[in-house]
Amino acid sequence: MTPELGQLALVLALLLALAQSIVPLLGAWRGNRAMVAVARPAAAGQAAFVLVAFALLVWAFLRFDFSVAYVADNSNLALPWYYRIAAVWGAHEGSMLLWVFILNVWTLAVAALSRNLPEVFVARVLAVLGLIAVGFLAFILFTSNPFARLLPMPLDGGDLNPVLQDPGMTFHPPVIYMGYVGFSVAFAFSIAALLGGELEQAWVRWARSWTNVAWAFLTAGIVAGSWWAYAELGWGGWWFWDPVENASFMPWLVGTALIHAQAVTEKRGSLRAWTILLSIFAFSLSLLGTFLVRSGVLTSVHAFASDPRRGLFILCFLLVVVGGSLLLYALRAPKVAGGKAFAPVSRESAILVGNLMFTVAAAMVLLGTLFPLIGDAFNLGRISVGPPYFGFLFTLLMVPVVLLLPFGPFLRWGRGEGGVLRAIALRAGIGAVACALVAAVFVHGQLKAIAGVAAAVWCAVGTLLYVYKRFREMPRGRRYPAEMGGMLLAHFGLGVFLVGVLLSESLSVTRDVRMAPGDVQTVGAYAFRFDGVKQTSGPNWRGSQGTVSVIRNGETLAVMHPQKRTYTREQVQTESAIDPGFTRDLYVALGDPMDASNPAGAWAMRLYYKPFIRWLWAGGLFMMLGGFLAAADRRFRVRRKSESSEAAALPLATARESRA
Amino acid sequence: MSRLLPFVAFLALCGLFGFGIWWNSHHDQTAIPSPLIDKPAPAFALPELDAPERTVTKASLLGKPYLLNVFASWCIECGVEHPLLQAEAPTLGVTLVGYNYKDQPADAKAWLARHGNPYEVLMADLSGKTAIDFGVYAAPESFLIDAQGVIRYKHIGPFTPEVIEKELKPAIAALSEKSS
Amino acid sequence: MNPTRKRRLIIVVLVLAAAAVASGLTVFALQQNMNYLLTPSQVQSGEASGYKTFRLGGMVKQGSIQKAGDSLKVTFTVIDANGAMPVEYTGILPDLFRDNQSVIATGHMDNAHFVATEVLAKHDETYMPQELKDAMAKAHEGKKVAGGDDAMKGTDSR
Repeated sequence: MTPELGQLALVLALLLALAQSIVPLLGAWRGNRAMVAVARPAAAGQAAFVLVAFALLVWAFLRFDFSVAYVADNSNLALPWYYRIAAVWGAHEGSMLLWVFILNVWTLAVAALSRNLPEVFVARVLAVLGLIAVGFLAFILFTSNPFARLLPMPLDGGDLNPVLQDPGMTFHPPVIYMGYVGFSVAFAFSIAALLGGELEQAWVRWARSWTNVAWAFLTAGIVAGSWWAYAELGWGGWWFWDPVENASFMPWLVGTALIHAQAVTEKRGSLRAWTILLSIFAFSLSLLGTFLVRSGVLTSVHAFASDPRRGLFILCFLLVVVGGSLLLYALRAPKVAGGKAFAPVSRESAILVGNLMFTVAAAMVLLGTLFPLIGDAFNLGRISVGPPYFGFLFTLLMVPVVLLLPFGPFLRWGRGEGGVLRAIALRAGIGAVACALVAAVFVHGQLKAIAGVAAAVWCAVGTLLYVYKRFREMPRGRRYPAEMGGMLLAHFGLGVFLVGVLLSESLSVTRDVRMAPGDVQTVGAYAFRFDGVKQTSGPNWRGSQGTVSVIRNGETLAVMHPQKRTYTREQVQTESAIDPGFTRDLYVALGDPMDASNPAGAWAMRLYYKPFIRWLWAGGLFMMLGGFLAAADRRFRVRRKSESSEAAALPLATARESRA
Repeated sequence: MSRLLPFVAFLALCGLFGFGIWWNSHHDQTAIPSPLIDKPAPAFALPELDAPERTVTKASLLGKPYLLNVFASWCIECGVEHPLLQAEAPTLGVTLVGYNYKDQPADAKAWLARHGNPYEVLMADLSGKTAIDFGVYAAPESFLIDAQGVIRYKHIGPFTPEVIEKELKPAIAALSEKSS
Repeated sequence: MNPTRKRRLIIVVLVLAAAAVASGLTVFALQQNMNYLLTPSQVQSGEASGYKTFRLGGMVKQGSIQKAGDSLKVTFTVIDANGAMPVEYTGILPDLFRDNQSVIATGHMDNAHFVATEVLAKHDETYMPQELKDAMAKAHEGKKVAGGDDAMKGTDSR
């Protein structure tokens, strides 16, 4: 009975979403206040029913209701309760429901926190969010129903993919969806602005907080995904440029461009059309990413043959959303180049160059990701694009970004001053070269590592110079407004990230070795001693656990326990052992026993020494914190003021910004 | 005018993909009609997989309708269809005849031991020559042959639940109508 | 030419130049990193001769996995309906690498055998990566029978 209730809840949610979208849009067009006022209650209603449906699915998992096909496919009696909850979003149907659920979280937040914005504008924003919900709810109900029954009911289910049975994987999809789905808010604001003819010039300021928070969540999600790949997939990699990762990276790249473009548009009024276009791209890439990852239909043309309904629905949905918004943009985007002009050397130009690099990078990743599909559609053969394509081009495109980074805050709006820039370039440059020379000694001339140190110091010194400038020039309490603090934190984080990436990529040591119990292998200054393997088991797996002791200078630093687990359905999972450290990770993964009939004998294993690898995730987390901090700036909180005082406050704010 | 550019570019891209998908679905090689429908099945005499000294001939199978399923241990799609066949075979009402195609008997036996053996009759065509008469060019393929030895239905590729419900079962039902 | 027009012209030229450089680099990077997927029968019929590095896809033949006792060298045979290719790989094989598993190995040919630098075997045998399924189906299609008589003469064209 309860699965059918879940389905009913989704149907009701769909009807309410239709009301939420069509009625307010009509009302806004016709000037009908009653219709416009339908938006908030309809959104609340839709959210309530989606919550019910989601809760019922979680309940079905917790109660082992194997009569629901989705539950039977993704859990079994031995699966611990926390992974049964994670299994709700472990496969396609459930993760679509999670997407809609999170869309409702954002919608409710917008509905609740925008009481001071013009009613008609908010109604349009909620209506656009409602349209997106309609699309997803229809997709779920017609092609991907998580509540479909499986009769006769099996006595036990399948299993959640063991690769997903990990704490990291439990919260990675919700966090990353908070990011993906969050860009729908920026999208909705842009569409509402286009529909309303941009009567409200301040809409970009309203949109900024939402966009920064979404971007921060997406950053966190990507960091979590990368960390999970490193810890769970067993082979020491943290980024593979595979379609799933690219699907989350492309919206992130465009989102980074977007948050910077929004800053320009808000403060100077220029680049309005570009900002709107970027928000459309960011959300379109989020949609594309969702479908690439979960339904798999976009990775192979032939997959359409096996499930044409889903593929066709997705294509139509994308066509309507992306095509519709681009058409609206073509018709309604600001035709007059508005805002204050800017010189070739100015903050706007620097941000524009950065925007260009990020957008081209996103396009390049998109091409590489879809290239196999193109090759397939035109019968060019089964092509895959190797990671070096992405790595090479991405690095090239980010060089201008890294070079320009320290100058950003020092550049004035409109026209930058050469003298200040030269001073910065000199100081950051000297710092970078000095540290690079020092590093060169330690890393024995490895070019990538030296470049990494130089780039990181360049960014860090540039950012810290600005921190120092503000400290010296401004009185207490006014030095670091949240928006600026966020920017500085994020830019600093980039420097930290660069250290992590370039040093770990160039200085890592990986060794595949064969070790018998008692053998010792040396990697750098560390000696790894293999102390044999014994059998062990967990709630839903049995496996072999090895013991490896790490010794340096005669002292045992760590005892590591890599495992090889076998889950139900003969699925094998390597659980690597990691000894974390501030300056290095040590990593051991079990291969196979050299002789399968003698697991107590020698084993093939992989030993890693990974210097500074934690810095890359730390850098990402700094960027995430920067995003949240910037969004919290009091400037973005709209207070209901009378018209005159708002108009009076505006020039004051602009004047202050141009000095910053 | 530049405002229109993103929209036009997007439409062009979609058009390209759409064309690719359409082209592919219309040039799907597996959708070839068989000239053998409603024609007598070719005569054959093949050794049994488990007992090569015994022979299964077309004549020996006359009198009852049967579903001839071409499979092999090296064929991945056969593994996909196999559990479905095993589940559905008892309900179909026709004999399930296994046709091991261009396989090593040891491999085939091991594969059946691992995946289950739903076949009431099991024969082996090591060279694939007889399969040519049937027009087989890939595994898995299945032929529904009636009690008089006439091919009434052919399916290329693995069975899916949909194909069994919408095509195979009606074809089997049509057999009994013809004979009654 | 007045200054505004001159500036516009410079901008246009710069943009075109940048676009040309970007496209050129992209094409170059793509060409360097495109990897075709071929099945053993395709390789045996000579389709791999144009590629230095490519991906070999098929199924691991039952009983063909042989591990050297003292090193991490492994040899195994990858098969499809009509072909077989011996493969050599040094290193740790991924989880799920077993007999009758679908596998995709990246590497190059060395005389008659394939030397793999990377081996992927993520799926079990009842679920084959779509592109491998398609590659095998296409390879199979290519060997359709011309006519019954030709085949009867004993040439097994499949």
